Amino acid sequence: MTSPQTITPDEAPVFYLTDEHAHPEGHSTPLGFWIYLMSDCLIFAILFAIYGVLGANYAAGPSPKDLFDLKLVALNTTMLLLSSITYGFAMLTMEKDRVGATQAWLAVTGLFGLAFLSIELYEFHHFIEIGATPQRSAFLSAFFTLVGTHGLHVTFGTIWLVTLMTQVARHGLIPANRRRLMCLSMFWHFLDVIWIGVFTFVYLMGMLR
Amino acid sequence: MPDTATLLKLIFGRLTLESIPLHEPILLATFAVVALGGLALLGALTYFRLWGYLWREWFTTVDHKRIGIMYMVLGIVMLLRGFSDAVMMRLQQAMAFNGSDGYLPAQHYDQIFTAHGVIMIFFVAMPLVTGLMNYVVPLQIGARDVSFPFLNNFSFWMTTAGAVLVMMSLFVGEFARTGWLAYPPLSGIGYSPDAGVDYYIWALQVAGVGTTLSGINLVCTIIKMRAPGMTMMRMPVFTWTSLCTNVLIVATFPVLTAVLALLALDRYVGTNFFTNDFGGNPMMYVNLIWIWGHPEVYILILPAFGIFSEVTSTFSGKRLFGYTSMVYATVVITILSYLVWLHHFFTMGSGASVNSFFGITTMIISIPTGAKIFNWLFTMYRGRIRFELPMMWTLAFMLTFVIGGMTGVLLAVPPADFVLHNSLFLVAHFHNVIIGGVLYGLFAGMIYWWPKAFGFRLEPFWGKLSFWFWVVGFWFAFMPLYILGLMGVTRRMRVFDDPSLQIWFVIAGLGAFMILLGIIFFLVQIGVSIWRREALRETTGDPWNGRTLEWATSSPPPDYNFAFTPVIHDNDAWADMKQRGYERPLEGFKPIHMPRNTGTGIILAGLSTCLGFGLIWYMWWLAALSFVAILATVVAHTFNYNRDFDIPAEEVVRTEDARTRLLAGSGA
Amino acid sequence: MNRLRLVALLPLFALLGGCNFVVLSPAGDVAAQQRYLVIISTALMLLIIVPVMALTILFAWRYRNSNRQARYEPDWDHSTGLELVIWAAPLLIIICLGALTWMGTHLLDPYRPLDRLAAGRSVPEAAKPLEVEVVALDWKWLFIYPEQGIATVNELAAPVDRPIHFRITASSVMNSFYIPALAGQIYAMPAMQTRLHAVINAPGRYQGFSANYSGAGFSGMRFAFLGLSDGDFDGWVAKAKAAGATLDRATYLQLERPSENEPVRRYSGFDPKLFDAILNLCVEPGKMCMSEMMAVDAKGGLGLAGIANTLPLAYDKYTRRGAVFGAEPGYVASVCTIEEAQALTTRAPAASARRQTAPIRGAGLPLPELSPRRPASLSLLLGSARPSNS
Repeated sequence: MTSPQTITPDEAPVFYLTDEHAHPEGHSTPLGFWIYLMSDCLIFAILFAIYGVLGANYAAGPSPKDLFDLKLVALNTTMLLLSSITYGFAMLTMEKDRVGATQAWLAVTGLFGLAFLSIELYEFHHFIEIGATPQRSAFLSAFFTLVGTHGLHVTFGTIWLVTLMTQVARHGLIPANRRRLMCLSMFWHFLDVIWIGVFTFVYLMGMLR
Repeated sequence: MPDTATLLKLIFGRLTLESIPLHEPILLATFAVVALGGLALLGALTYFRLWGYLWREWFTTVDHKRIGIMYMVLGIVMLLRGFSDAVMMRLQQAMAFNGSDGYLPAQHYDQIFTAHGVIMIFFVAMPLVTGLMNYVVPLQIGARDVSFPFLNNFSFWMTTAGAVLVMMSLFVGEFARTGWLAYPPLSGIGYSPDAGVDYYIWALQVAGVGTTLSGINLVCTIIKMRAPGMTMMRMPVFTWTSLCTNVLIVATFPVLTAVLALLALDRYVGTNFFTNDFGGNPMMYVNLIWIWGHPEVYILILPAFGIFSEVTSTFSGKRLFGYTSMVYATVVITILSYLVWLHHFFTMGSGASVNSFFGITTMIISIPTGAKIFNWLFTMYRGRIRFELPMMWTLAFMLTFVIGGMTGVLLAVPPADFVLHNSLFLVAHFHNVIIGGVLYGLFAGMIYWWPKAFGFRLEPFWGKLSFWFWVVGFWFAFMPLYILGLMGVTRRMRVFDDPSLQIWFVIAGLGAFMILLGIIFFLVQIGVSIWRREALRETTGDPWNGRTLEWATSSPPPDYNFAFTPVIHDNDAWADMKQRGYERPLEGFKPIHMPRNTGTGIILAGLSTCLGFGLIWYMWWLAALSFVAILATVVAHTFNYNRDFDIPAEEVVRTEDARTRLLAGSGA
Repeated sequence: MNRLRLVALLPLFALLGGCNFVVLSPAGDVAAQQRYLVIISTALMLLIIVPVMALTILFAWRYRNSNRQARYEPDWDHSTGLELVIWAAPLLIIICLGALTWMGTHLLDPYRPLDRLAAGRSVPEAAKPLEVEVVALDWKWLFIYPEQGIATVNELAAPVDRPIHFRITASSVMNSFYIPALAGQIYAMPAMQTRLHAVINAPGRYQGFSANYSGAGFSGMRFAFLGLSDGDFDGWVAKAKAAGATLDRATYLQLERPSENEPVRRYSGFDPKLFDAILNLCVEPGKMCMSEMMAVDAKGGLGLAGIANTLPLAYDKYTRRGAVFGAEPGYVASVCTIEEAQALTTRAPAASARRQTAPIRGAGLPLPELSPRRPASLSLLLGSARPSNS
């Protein structure tokens, strides 16, 4: 550690750059957003852990088998998975600078997102209507919170999607908008991954329990 | 038509006139003082027409240096609040003997010890640590600002918003009476139905957003914004410890957010996460909150370790001994801090194997920590030690902290913990490490970097007085608590029945009074130094013969920190530059690209305060309105693409020429 | 400056003589062994702490700026030998301490039945431990003696040199059961049971209290622990027997209500199922016991039919005030009467009372006597295997 590694004493050391060394705008954004996603992932990890601990505490009430309708959930999962695929198409068309196609694919993604949310809301509404409310048992508290937090993320993702579509419409695919679309893309796929966890861990395993 | 009562309830939720503690003379007097002081301050600001200046130059700033200073101000203001709680507790415990009930009823006393813990950790230690990191890290790595300057401003204001909510609880309603971690079921709606725990939850949630974002920001800054040549293993140690701290923040604060959100759901929606009935599990909360809580203490201590490394090496006039092992020690501590949380509740009955696992992992942390102490020791070895204030604080730290470390390892032995857990011995232990480690480090850091931030030194006389009162006061305040702990006295007690204990509480109270003087002298030191700033003026930019990059630029640094991006060849970059004849560039300046100020951060934080207040008092309209407003502001903010500007080359030339003249004048 | 500090501390040392360091001079064997661990660990650590403090002062003095005789090597920053020493020295101490911790923790596991009464005196073969059931109430302590058929509030007694087995729970919030002279503390938690094995070796009157803050009356949650000779203990039991009052469920529900600084109370009898009922949150008539609920849950719950069946399950949730959005949830209001609820619960397969026979050796929280109440959260986090009915 003692010897300066790169420069020998007789070489004139360069102690500063004479060129303006600007870090290009937003060059830390992907890393920053990735770290944010990981911190968000931790929140989901906690919710999964909670579900793991409390998931069998039905409080002499209904269990997953009594409540879950796998066909509905499968439909719901399809909606979200399709939305991820269409977001992928949006990114591909963005790479080709096709504003119209990008917007179209984004719109399709948003619609799939809304379909997902509607089905989820229908499911929640049905549960609450028959009395399987979050207050009924620790299992239901954990279920509603885990699935609901995911749903909330999708909701905010959809709001963000609409915002971005407006911005793309206004300014086109400028670098700032491309960066934002890329961040939302990470977010959207991240939610997809989380949902696969929910689907497996909550719904499928719940039916097997 | 709804009647008046319904209407009032609709508008004010559960906030009534009774929520304002008019019947508490202590609070009323405090309120009068705060209100008068606040009015005087606001009046002065208005009279001197400072509002515009403050808004333009400070509140909306995205400059990491100014944000750092604002964090420090917040931390010191909250220190006064947190410390008055401490004094009140000491007074109560010294009085409540021989059938006396003291002067505080349980209702009030229980709030005070809760608020003391919450404020000292979240709103004193955290802002001070974050402030120093914010100020110093970009300078140390040769960057112009942090990765996300707007986010930095927003983070600061969110932390402040949390502090505002805690302060509000003093005069509107009450604070939690649960202890600083609010264990359920006590913090559940059944046992704490009033607004106290809700203040606790929302203050920490709002501040937590700020802390998490600032953590992400600084991690990115350190990874992405280092000057050319600064490899990871050439980063100054303070930057390394900051990196580890911020990694810890990012990896633990979400846990706190999640667990407090679940507690909030239990309280607001009636879910059953931590309830006794319906299958809930309060032990879950205790586990989760400590999974955040234990790394939290390392979040606080690691930057302090970094400060001590910088200070020891600078004032010994020597390279830091064992840089590599210092870095590895820091990383090892970072990782291990996740594997020890259960030592906070050995007494829950987890079984011998689980307990000893966590006990032993806890002890293992003392190995890298011990290595660090030795590294500082051998940095002093064969040095030329100048006993300036920062070095004095560092020595006091080394002598105090080892005792705290020792009692910490002792508490990590589960059977020993069974007899000392929750006792005053434990209280003495963690004050020993937090005061003797974190706080001494913060003082060392504040005094060390003060000349950099303001361009004049701190006057040493009052500083030394403050130092001695703090150090001696600390021993007087906490050694009695160690002793009381060994006498089997538990913490959070309001009244005592064994009169033989009283003398120790009186001594501890005396210690607290000495610390109070220490705080006052610290403030006097700052005041006197500002008053005599011309005499204390520091023109070289390098008052201590520093070794790292922040001393290469002027004091205070220009907005852009460095006119040209520095190139690094050695881990003591500035010492290396000085040694090898670095000459300051005098021409060829170019325009510098900088971020633009924005008021969005403070607006969002203000709305978050309203949201918190609405939720605390069940004013649903306010909560809903604030929430929608927050969303709208965020969306509107993203429509602003015009976020930066160029400092013209002429202005850079002007600034740099001024410094050239200054340096010529000082003969450097 | 250290000299100054020592001088300042001198009068304190004088004070130390007059104090009762109960943690360092306990009267029970378990606490005595814990005390030894405290002392040995401290001594072990002082081995390294003292040299470090001495070196700090020495180096600070020797290498002060004004001492121009001392060597100055500004670029000396590495020495492999020294590095080895500074990592190895703490490591060695931690290895010793770790071994001590592992052994001590297993030996002094509060769940482990005692094998000695004091150093050199093992527990006689025939000795049956004194069973005491402890309940932390708001804000007082209830002690039930199943063997003697008595119960007391805020006063605990045990014969000298007879092992005691405490079963500990709480009624509302978390407390910690701690008698410093007897043994280390253990939490008292609602709907969960912890255990403590201990023995008192000297007669006397000792202080016991809650060591975990539990609300407004916490400071007054003290009780006397009496170490008595066999004869005196019998006398103490007889005194309770003579009290006449019986702790039935109604009396308990009255007693359970929050109160502060309670005087000593004695009961000459109690409902034999009381402790299990408290543990399972079903003292109140019409409540479903947690053990029963757990058994039902293990079989998959009661299905949709059980949705409305919430009144027998609510313990403290709606007693003081409901949650904001759930104060009077529809499902509670719509439930059945208590009789219907009971009918519902009885329809559920009755849980068989399974006594645990296996010795508990640090396997985590024991299952309540009837059946598991709730899985310990740690079992999931650590993935440790534990009996599970799900």
